[in-house]
Amino acid sequence: MNWTVIRQYLPLYRKAAGLTVRIGLLGIAAAILIGLFCTAVQRSRIPVFRQLVSAYIELSRNTPLLVQLFFLYYGLPKIGVPTNAVACGIAGLAFLGGSYMAEAFRSGVEAIDIIQEESAYSLGLSRGQTLRYVIFPQAFSVSVPAFVANVIFLLKETSVFSAISLMDLMFTAKDLIGLYYKTTESLFLLVVFYLLILLPISLLGTLLERRTRHAGFGT
Amino acid sequence: MPDLGLSVLLKGKNFARILGGLGVALKISLVSVAISLLLGTLLGILMTWKNPLSRAILRLYLEFIRIMPQMVLLFLVYFGTTRAFGWNLSGELSSVIVFSLWGTAEMSDLVRGALTSIPAHQYESAAALGLSKRQSYFFVVLPQAVRRLIPLSINLITRMIKTTSLVLMIGVVEVLKVAQQIIEANRMSSPNAAFGIYLTVLLLYFFACWPISLLAKYLERRWR
Repeated sequence: MNWTVIRQYLPLYRKAAGLTVRIGLLGIAAAILIGLFCTAVQRSRIPVFRQLVSAYIELSRNTPLLVQLFFLYYGLPKIGVPTNAVACGIAGLAFLGGSYMAEAFRSGVEAIDIIQEESAYSLGLSRGQTLRYVIFPQAFSVSVPAFVANVIFLLKETSVFSAISLMDLMFTAKDLIGLYYKTTESLFLLVVFYLLILLPISLLGTLLERRTRHAGFGT
Repeated sequence: MPDLGLSVLLKGKNFARILGGLGVALKISLVSVAISLLLGTLLGILMTWKNPLSRAILRLYLEFIRIMPQMVLLFLVYFGTTRAFGWNLSGELSSVIVFSLWGTAEMSDLVRGALTSIPAHQYESAAALGLSKRQSYFFVVLPQAVRRLIPLSINLITRMIKTTSLVLMIGVVEVLKVAQQIIEANRMSSPNAAFGIYLTVLLLYFFACWPISLLAKYLERRWR
């Protein structure tokens, strides 16, 4: 291990980590929105939309992100859709993550007994109030573990972005190995930076799970 | 309307080549799945033991493997071992090693979860009925744990198949690489083939994983 090399590489990795985190967070935010939308559509039982959402969820859960990205990045421009790498990365992550988030939210909503809703109505709460004060807090605490797992999963998945030539951590490492053959240092920094990104989120997730678990309600 | 890849796909042996590429990917994932299910079950049982040392080691292994992107693990094994030990592992072998390490970690956690999810009163009732330790394990705990385990491990199989697409990045010629080659070879005659070819690959992965996911869902519902 050569520490001068590592010091030299540090800024490159820092920049790449910034990109990884930025695209990751944007993609995850979009995925959460898509997930909420899908859950809402599936609950509302609007005929055609519901089937469409189910088809989307099956398609996105049963295909790898790398193949989705290839299709988005190399396939779509051929039918006249202009794309760039950053937009593709975010779109791909959102496409993949949307279904995972939808499943997490759905499990939360489904875990709530219908009696909760009925009781809220009979107490005179409006539909909106029921959602806000009765359903959401409970569904949230049930979904948290799956939600946290999804966030970590999606951040990990960002590692395939190097395939569409985004200069993320993976790309930087591969590039540096190819250029200077400093394999050990490059891989060491790669592992360290992923740990720096993922460990705090993993710990935060555990904390969040612990804090929301107190919202116990039957079994 | 310009050709979007259908004619390229039907030209010569192109479709058969793509299927062959999918075969390579599936072979890597199935070998890793077989190893993972076996080792994962063993490690999972080990994890329920009370020995603090074995627990700490297994925990460390599990957490490290799970927090690293699989791509990083592939790089560590493919490039790292060459540098550190001078091994010259082929792409296929490295990917089998990585996916087995990862699959074993995931599987062992599933096994541990299934075993610890059996409530203590089941063990106690079995003991109260006069069953020996081994009997209560075989006739009471295992049947219940296996029921919880099977849908989850089937899900793990689809995850492993999907993750296999990453081996492209360490130079294994699998379905995506074959698709790239076909597109490159036909760039002059049909420049827009990328759309159709990559869509085909996407659908192939879908039809490889979807039935397995459906089976997992069905079993989960039935055995609840």
